[in-house]
Amino acid sequence: MTEALAIPTTRDEDWRYADADSLASADPAALSNWTEWQVAPGEIRREYRVFASSDDTAGLVERLRVRVGKGGRFELAIVNAAGHYARVEVEVTLEQGAHFEFGGVTIGGGEKVQEFVTRVIHAEPEATSQQVVRAVQWGRSTGNFLGRIEVVRDAQKTDAGQNFKAILLEKGASANTKPELEIFADDVKCAHGAAIGALDRQAGFYMASRGIPPELARKLLVRAFIADAFEGVSDETEQTRLLDAALDALNEAAL
Amino acid sequence: MLRIDNLQAEVAGKPILKGLSLDVKPGEIHAIMGPNGAGKSTLGYTLGGRPGYEVTGGTVAFDGQDLLALEPHERASAGLFLGFQYPVEIPGVSFVQFLREALNAQRKQRGQDPLSGGEFLKLAREKAALLKLDMDMLKRPVNVGFSGGEKKRAEMVQMGILDPKLAVLDETDSGLDIDALRVVGEGINAIMRRPDKAVLLITHYQRLLDYVKPDFVHVLAAGRIVKSGGPELALELERVGYETVAA
Repeated sequence: MTEALAIPTTRDEDWRYADADSLASADPAALSNWTEWQVAPGEIRREYRVFASSDDTAGLVERLRVRVGKGGRFELAIVNAAGHYARVEVEVTLEQGAHFEFGGVTIGGGEKVQEFVTRVIHAEPEATSQQVVRAVQWGRSTGNFLGRIEVVRDAQKTDAGQNFKAILLEKGASANTKPELEIFADDVKCAHGAAIGALDRQAGFYMASRGIPPELARKLLVRAFIADAFEGVSDETEQTRLLDAALDALNEAAL
Repeated sequence: MLRIDNLQAEVAGKPILKGLSLDVKPGEIHAIMGPNGAGKSTLGYTLGGRPGYEVTGGTVAFDGQDLLALEPHERASAGLFLGFQYPVEIPGVSFVQFLREALNAQRKQRGQDPLSGGEFLKLAREKAALLKLDMDMLKRPVNVGFSGGEKKRAEMVQMGILDPKLAVLDETDSGLDIDALRVVGEGINAIMRRPDKAVLLITHYQRLLDYVKPDFVHVLAAGRIVKSGGPELALELERVGYETVAA
């Protein structure tokens, strides 16, 4: 750990959507902590995290740096319902034929700023990665996804995908995304997509016409929307736990 | 069962219904016919309480209740079913889940116990068989990837499961081929032709009425009912067109 103990500001590219007030009062040591893991060649590692909603005004910065060995697989799924400022940073380096599967959900209201910042380095050929992030925001909250994919010169046959979608349940909420692709190999597939919208009002009325009250309709629609992010979670019990944890945050919303 | 009195409604500030009155009694099937733009779909959506359809005058009593004072989901629980001309697709929510939530929400509102998963599936299987819809289709997301005919069949399965007192069916016959039309027509009869139920059938064409025999036929033009009669009125419309009859 030899990183400079300087507090980043929103002028730093990777922190451009961060909550400036939270940053200014942050402990620089906490901001430079990285948890480091190795996934051994051929190994599969699955990690599921829930950062639950709280009224805490403190910031949360989680940083995870993972190296996935040849043919290894790393599955990561995270619910980010925390705040006031909640940032999850993930840096993954993939060796030959390794795979990284990421599902992330930001969900919150109030003045919360919730974000995922990922950097996926395809360091060797034939590695694959898939990142799906969904944001559900209300109040004056913000959900962000800054995703960088780096493909080094020799990493041919890389297949990397990144998809971000946000729904804003109220007018004051916002979402930002910034895909960054740095590709130095020529036989590479890199796809990214993003969409920001509101809940489908037609679906809402259709559900109401069948007797489903608005709160339940919203819950069903939000659940369907965020389920995309956890499709890669192979354990069904975990999948349900993550979805329920995310919806718990929605239950607190006074919409 | 349904008493509409001098109903006026507008969409985006434009008056569409201009004093519509209609009385539907239990056991009756009423057909509402009329040219494009007459206000047929607006009537359906206004009864259903769709946002954006604003009532500016008149009253609607449903089973003695003020229908217009109820939220859309409360209207459903009170026994109103609105069949859509264009059923909405809901990705990520299966029909089975959607309908079980809907039925149990209605039952809760009426103070009844919820149906268990097993009880619900038995009911869904029975109604799907009645409408000749493959049960596997109900495991798929709501209306996603369904053909026009399949969507309408699925609407009728929903009606069968929810078991309403009054069905307002908006252009249920559009997008149906001859076979599907017969299945849907027979479905309406099987589910809704009962002494304690009623149907308001909104349609362009006579052809659905070959299968679902209406007791009354009304011609809607420019937001009002301009002529009412028995089943023979539908045949006359087919023969001479709306302009002559509505004139």
